[in-house]
Amino acid sequence: MRYAGIDIGSRSIELVVVDDASEVVCSLQADTGFNPMAEAKKLINGVNYDRIIATGYGRNLFEISFEAPTVTEIKAHARGAWTLFPGSQTVLDIGGQDSKAITLFENGKVKKFEMNDRCAAGTGKFLEIMARTLGFKIEVFGTEALLAKNDLSISSMCTVFAESEVTSLIAKGQSRQEIAHGLHTSVIRRAAGMINRVSSEGDIVFTGGVAKNPCITTLLSEKLGRNVRIPDEPEFVGAFGAALLASEID
Amino acid sequence: MKHDIMNELQRIMEQNIADIEQAKAEGQSVIGFYCLYSPTEIAVAADAIPLPLCGTNNNPIAAAEEKLPRNLCPLIKSSFGFAVTDTCPFFQFSDIIIGDTTCDGKKKMFELLSRYKTTHVLQLPQSQDTAMALSLWRSELERFRKIVETQTGVVINDDRLRAAIRLMNRERGARKALMDVNKDKPAPLAGSQLLEILFKAGFLADKKKGISLMEEVIVETKNGAFRSKDLRGGSRKRILLTGVPVGLGSDKVVKIVEQSGADVVAFENCSGYKQAFFVDEKTDPLDALAEQYLATPCSVMSPNNGRFDLLKEMIQEFSADGVIDLTWMACHTYNIEAVRIAEFVQETFGMPILHLETDYAESDTEQLRVRIEAYLEML
Repeated sequence: MRYAGIDIGSRSIELVVVDDASEVVCSLQADTGFNPMAEAKKLINGVNYDRIIATGYGRNLFEISFEAPTVTEIKAHARGAWTLFPGSQTVLDIGGQDSKAITLFENGKVKKFEMNDRCAAGTGKFLEIMARTLGFKIEVFGTEALLAKNDLSISSMCTVFAESEVTSLIAKGQSRQEIAHGLHTSVIRRAAGMINRVSSEGDIVFTGGVAKNPCITTLLSEKLGRNVRIPDEPEFVGAFGAALLASEID
Repeated sequence: MKHDIMNELQRIMEQNIADIEQAKAEGQSVIGFYCLYSPTEIAVAADAIPLPLCGTNNNPIAAAEEKLPRNLCPLIKSSFGFAVTDTCPFFQFSDIIIGDTTCDGKKKMFELLSRYKTTHVLQLPQSQDTAMALSLWRSELERFRKIVETQTGVVINDDRLRAAIRLMNRERGARKALMDVNKDKPAPLAGSQLLEILFKAGFLADKKKGISLMEEVIVETKNGAFRSKDLRGGSRKRILLTGVPVGLGSDKVVKIVEQSGADVVAFENCSGYKQAFFVDEKTDPLDALAEQYLATPCSVMSPNNGRFDLLKEMIQEFSADGVIDLTWMACHTYNIEAVRIAEFVQETFGMPILHLETDYAESDTEQLRVRIEAYLEML
């Protein structure tokens, strides 16, 4: 049997198919765009599976369009991270428009979670807009930030206010890399606060697209003094978790 | 039968507006209330009509924000907005307003509200267990009595107060009995249905009409008239909602819980079970009112131990599977108390809690849905 998980997020859609041994046989990605169901349909059309579970912001729309069961991304990321790193108890997921800190019971079930509020402060979207303001490509934003020689403090977390703060720092002649570093530090301050509210020790599994940013992962580990473990493809963990959950339906 | 009753309720609501207009034309006064702490008995004893004025609707908030700060609790902004836009018939009907020094936002809002309508603010103590607090509150109720006497021209003697206490005890008894039907498993009433009935009954000038309507609903729910069998599946998780008050227009969390396949079976808040108290009918009436009303377990009190006791009792009696603690944005007292409430529920029942902070706008519906669904997945 083949089991699929589809994670329809605000920025991208991921599809993962696993076999009976929970091995990944296929993984695909597409931009969410403005018509997520059309994109989702394109992804699933080329793939064979017996059962599918949807997660992410588009899950309820997918449920209606394709009559598939759904789980929240919190449960999906927890399940995916727990399988990739057996025994893990803390998961941080930073995606396109929200971030979550999750703790798990020993059996992988969700014990507690925290989530950012309605604004996109401290998420992938925030980093993307800030990278653009500073003229960096998002793919190199983290590596550039790591080149900063001094730490610079950015106090605003709101995308709108941070953008004006960044503009005034640029006007003062501050280095782009240092401003970038300061922005990364501000994201970490928020993420660390969220993690500390749910868990105080042990390794952290970092999932979601933002885990590909090397500055974020370095600063997170430094700030918390804890080991941060990153999956090979962190943005696929939600879809992978959903696929595993699909294989467990009775 | 359900539709008959809901239609009947709607009819009574419409009739109620006409009733109040007529009562006013005949010289009866209307007194607007903003908090559970002020005893409605004092109005009722003078044949005045008490009306609850706390805003539960998002519409007037934009107008309120022309004067009030944006980062203020939506209940306060909504209440004030209804006054400045003059769009609430119950505010229009009110001859005078009674407020209390509950939270900072409300007591300062009353200073501005007094520009639109005569407003009297009672000095509510911030603790409940001291003799000084009780004597202060009793003297404030004495002042309240004089205010109402001046307004109505009716001398509120002890007999009148006792009669009012008996009537309001009957009303609270009916509310409690109605809320208690959901102790049954599965819950005979959806949380949204319960909320609508309690909310609407609160505006009825004729208390007896409200009482008989609620009694009628109780009978019908026991016959299973309100929810079809498939909606009463035993697998629906039973959620207790605690924290800030909710009403029609500020009930989005209740709706999302229901859409996610669970039930809100009870409300531990001042629009729900905090109203399920009984005032002693035998002792000095003003003493009895001061003591019982001051005991209302709102987070403006410090300490607020009564809320923990009430919550414990309700989780047990309503067989709650989970607890959602709702805070209106910028309601500092409920927001901070949420820390201890979460610890208490976890330690006492080994149950996780979901704390939500939101306002009356719909813009965060999907974010709330993720949290609520994830919480239900955990139970």
